[in-house]
Amino acid sequence: MEQLMNDLKKQIIEALNLKHLKPENIGDDQPLFVEGLGLDSIDALELIVLLQQKYNIRIENPQEGPKIFRSVKTMAEFITAHQAR
Amino acid sequence: MAFITGYVRVKGREVMKNGSPSFSCSPDTGLDEFLEQFYGYTGAVYPKFYKMDRMCRAGFTAAELLLRDSGISEYKVANVGVILANATGSQGSDMRYLEASAKAPSPALFVYTLPNIVAGEICIRHRFGGENAFFVSPAFEGETLAQYTGMVMNDAAEACVGGWVDTMDDHCDVFLYLIENKPAGTALVLSGRQLETLYQ
Repeated sequence: MEQLMNDLKKQIIEALNLKHLKPENIGDDQPLFVEGLGLDSIDALELIVLLQQKYNIRIENPQEGPKIFRSVKTMAEFITAHQAR
Repeated sequence: MAFITGYVRVKGREVMKNGSPSFSCSPDTGLDEFLEQFYGYTGAVYPKFYKMDRMCRAGFTAAELLLRDSGISEYKVANVGVILANATGSQGSDMRYLEASAKAPSPALFVYTLPNIVAGEICIRHRFGGENAFFVSPAFEGETLAQYTGMVMNDAAEACVGGWVDTMDDHCDVFLYLIENKPAGTALVLSGRQLETLYQ
């Protein structure tokens, strides 16, 4: 899980062009949207594309989105649970 | 009567404000590196800069320099317009989006595939809510911009940020000016001929 979260942080920085940030600047539980990292709706779409491209995961129920993308940790938990199926 | 009260000119890797040198990089500096250094020079702290495409970075940063020490805060933001133009539209971003789409369409690139987004980024930053327009023409047309801006200033606008923002490949050609209804700063009367002279 630790390695997955580290990978996710690097992938998020690259996908969202957050050049001013390093992986160690992103907390595992830090909110990604509104507060915390302050991502917006376009960033949300990029994260959905990231899940598809890097992890081959499509989000079937869009209403789950806010829960999945709450933090790097929740994303990692979702990926882990999905890959275990 | 409307007045040009300040202007910023970016040609290649040199930036001038009101006709005086302001910032520059070596001519062989890549455009991305130049724009980041120019942004750093303005002292702006705006993380969204890093998400912008080259054209928006260029226009946003030139606007930061233009509006610093200007009288823009005197006006109601709802009455400040942004009237811009260029020759290449959003072609740079269009091509990057097309290339990226071969693997997976990128929403973050897609949002910049419209040239008027640079006007939007300036408006978001400064909360301007006045008239917005973006024209595409083969070359800078001072007369067209002066006439259109004059109409907007005769209507509801109290001030306008206008000009030309063109970046393509490694090229950067930006000319931004502030228009007010009262003489201030450089206080040049707005006309097509004056804009052409300042653009050269």
